[in-house]
Amino acid sequence: MKKTKLFDAAGLRRTVNRLAHEVVEKNKGVEDLAIVGIRTRGDYLARRLAQKIEEIEHKPVPVGSLDITLYRDDLHGKLEQPQLKSTEILFDVTGKILVLVDDVLFTGRTVRAALNALMDIGRPSSIQLLVLVDRGHRELPIKADFAGKNVPTSLRQQVQVLLEEADKEDGVYLLDAKVDAEEIEQKEKKQ
Amino acid sequence: MKLHSRHLLGLDGMPKEDIQLILDTAISFKEVLERPIKKVPPLQGKTIANMFFESSTRTRLSFELAERRLSADVVSFTTVGSSVTKGETLKDTARNIEAMKIDMVVIRHSAPGAAHFLSRVVDANVLNAGDGSHEHPTQALLDMFTLRDRHGTLEGLKVCIVGDVTHSRVARSNIFGLKTMGAHVSVCGPATLIPREIEKLGVDVYHNLEDVIPNVDVLNVLRIQLERQERGLFPSLREYHRFFGVTQEKMARATRPITIMHPGPINRDVEISADLADSEHSVILQQVTNGVAVRMAVLYLLGTTN
Repeated sequence: MKKTKLFDAAGLRRTVNRLAHEVVEKNKGVEDLAIVGIRTRGDYLARRLAQKIEEIEHKPVPVGSLDITLYRDDLHGKLEQPQLKSTEILFDVTGKILVLVDDVLFTGRTVRAALNALMDIGRPSSIQLLVLVDRGHRELPIKADFAGKNVPTSLRQQVQVLLEEADKEDGVYLLDAKVDAEEIEQKEKKQ
Repeated sequence: MKLHSRHLLGLDGMPKEDIQLILDTAISFKEVLERPIKKVPPLQGKTIANMFFESSTRTRLSFELAERRLSADVVSFTTVGSSVTKGETLKDTARNIEAMKIDMVVIRHSAPGAAHFLSRVVDANVLNAGDGSHEHPTQALLDMFTLRDRHGTLEGLKVCIVGDVTHSRVARSNIFGLKTMGAHVSVCGPATLIPREIEKLGVDVYHNLEDVIPNVDVLNVLRIQLERQERGLFPSLREYHRFFGVTQEKMARATRPITIMHPGPINRDVEISADLADSEHSVILQQVTNGVAVRMAVLYLLGTTN
């Protein structure tokens, strides 16, 4: 399997810094701003981002984590049942500008699930999407407002995000995984 | 991560990791129940039939709520007003329900083994909501969830089940589940209401509540089934209350804070004194709240696996 490095630890840190500045710039501060990360790695990124934003603006930003398992559209087809984790959003999302954070943006289905989940919790005034890596191949009309890096990929490849909190190292890699060739061909034909 | 069985028939023989998975999953659903919108979509498009051949308020409502909050379509019937009263067999009723493309069946029946039987004749997932005096697994799961929530762990917890153990499916499921999870279980009641050889399930037997109270963390108080009183298993309700009713007076012997549970419905001042049922020791209403979360967990785990 081929493994290409997209970010090392320092690169990752700089990218999170830049994204934090972009969020603050676009929203002209942190008034009504709150951050929600999609479990598991989006959650860690959200916490890092919130910390950065607090350093920049000297004001705390509420952070929450969102588990989207119950909203997945592939719950019934899966052989292995995904583990259900808890959503922990301890602030009222109604009226907030929410920055939704995930590590990789791919088909857009996870984001769709997250949007539905958020709407069931309250009525945010707006939701912005922030991702570390946008790898393309969208299956739904979804677009990131803030992206750490746009990486053109083939369906054969996999983007692996490693974070200290879960993986004991910081880094983002592009993997060339062996997948069923026929399946990919069919999928590519469709697009 | 998934359960080892397609059905929830009882806790007898259920592996520890399955119980653990259900209790852990229920934590997430408890959070869902605290949201302004208490509904999530994982069972969208699934149809669940609640077949209650025996009266029930709490369990049926709790199951229905759990099902609806998982976005399933729900059909319910009770024996009154259904063709069961016309003499249809359980098997035929089930077959007909299945012909209507039902995905999951929740069944309560007065015959022990009814849920097991059903699981052999239909393709749907079967959940036992109480079969005679055999098992009532979701009640025991919600009891364990409530205890774990309050005490942090079930391992080493000392639980005494008080009352009519012979006729109680709640007692049996609790014994199986709690033993699997590493708790110490005892039972206490008049000799006429404790089955012979129950020690073989690994429980201690007491006939005097005052001996029990100094040594336990939890009293799970069973309902005295008033309808059975005529059979002379104990002399009178008043005498039962004097010896086995849980009261403030008897609780004075406790050496630590004791949690009091009751599966409902309560006969106030029979098996438990009214003031105690409403005291800070009592988790009776938490049990009801947790019941919905635990049933959502079971329905979710069974309904989303192939």
